[in-house]
Amino acid sequence: MSMPYYVAPEQVMKDRADYARKGIARGRALLGTLYDRGVLICAENPSRSLHKISEIYDRIAFAGVGKYNEFDQLRVAGVRHADTKGYAYSRHDVDARSLANIYAQYLGQVFTHEMKPMEVEILVAELGTNVSESQLYHILYDGTVVDETNYCVLGGDAEAVLGRFGELFRTSWTLEEAIKASVSALAGPERGLSANDLEVAVLAQGNGRRTFKRVSQEELKEIVTVKKE
Amino acid sequence: MNLPIFEVNEDPGPNFFKLLGSLDHGEPSFLKASQSLGHGLEAVQANEIPHGTTIVAVRFDGGVLIAGDRRATAGNIIADRRIEKVYPADRFSAVGFAGSAGPAMEMVKLFQVQLEHYEKVEGVTLSLEGKANQLAQMIRANLPMAMQGLVVVPLFVGWDKESLKGRIFNYDVTGGRYEEVDYYAIGSGGREAQAYVKFAYRSQLSKQDVIRLALRSLFEAAQEDSATGGPDFMRGVYPIVATVDENGYERASEVQIAEISKEVVDEVAQGGPRQ
Repeated sequence: MSMPYYVAPEQVMKDRADYARKGIARGRALLGTLYDRGVLICAENPSRSLHKISEIYDRIAFAGVGKYNEFDQLRVAGVRHADTKGYAYSRHDVDARSLANIYAQYLGQVFTHEMKPMEVEILVAELGTNVSESQLYHILYDGTVVDETNYCVLGGDAEAVLGRFGELFRTSWTLEEAIKASVSALAGPERGLSANDLEVAVLAQGNGRRTFKRVSQEELKEIVTVKKE
Repeated sequence: MNLPIFEVNEDPGPNFFKLLGSLDHGEPSFLKASQSLGHGLEAVQANEIPHGTTIVAVRFDGGVLIAGDRRATAGNIIADRRIEKVYPADRFSAVGFAGSAGPAMEMVKLFQVQLEHYEKVEGVTLSLEGKANQLAQMIRANLPMAMQGLVVVPLFVGWDKESLKGRIFNYDVTGGRYEEVDYYAIGSGGREAQAYVKFAYRSQLSKQDVIRLALRSLFEAAQEDSATGGPDFMRGVYPIVATVDENGYERASEVQIAEISKEVVDEVAQGGPRQ
């Protein structure tokens, strides 16, 4: 009879965490921040059709980094959760906090019980009635939830980006200022990013019921090009 | 609630009705309700349930209009004077209904969620044709209830981004879908409303003119049909008028409708038929 090898639980968890972190670190970073009229999410993403940032519900946006198929599965599940909840109860009863919690439950479950953890980090953002009451929930591959204030960075090289962005951040800045700072923080001192390398979306007041809006390439070009002059 | 994640071969895709079916933990499912509610309905008289009535749709230069009166009746009783029977289906389409108000409102709500759900899951909006077909499927699913007397008949209009024009779709109770050319009206006052539109319609009407035309047609319907409500100046209740054009759905303001309704009534009083 063959005996299974004993592996210490600490070792198992550490290996899984390393595995997930490596997968996530390979991808480009993504940044979420508040500005005077809403929430801005800015990602480095050369694809125009495989989105990292998406709409979940009227005031809720989703952004993910890491393995595309894995965070996209989470995104679709989030849309399903929100739409069924809003249909069964009321549109007002759909909130980011409960969605962040069920994401955390699921990621935690996968991390401890499945062979392979999910190589993703996600952001669930909700636009508050007042912009200052907006929420940014940053959820890690193991189900850890961090309720971030003002801004957060996900993905590869996150600490360096966070350091650069922290120096630039100001409360109640305009969308244009926030985009410029985000792009410069994502790019770093040695690279330049053009509009084509970016995916930018906002949850903005004044967009009606559905507050999610993508910032078009034309608008983006204007903002990003001015910066270089 | 837990996260709705499915096995690859059981995934409902962007279909919200199918999603409700697969979740199966107590959410009200339109399709299920229609199957279970159908029997035993004989006990409830159809005339005890509120019915909505006249809806009219007319194409104009650069868009399409849909309008409905505000009355719901249960037999000979006025069940509601302020019911709303015209809704946006999504940003570029609108739906109005005649028939049993309860199932109709549920159907509209489900239709709205279905379109938005598809758009979010897939990342693109359905074509107008696709939206019209979705609605046809919902009507067909309602057939058992329609056989019991809970008939829902919608009128669907939208802006077609491919052909760049407004389009009107009319349905029968079995889910048959018929595209109309320039105008159509449904409900108990539909014949009267359509007769007026047929008489006064000109191609390439302006938005302003088509709003007036629609209000007059509803007024004429209300003159002849007791289940259709006219403009109610005493309570300040006026028909709902919405337009869909290249900028999307827009509901005409109550102030504007009140004003035009007043003009329509004055016009009739001054020289129109008084029979």
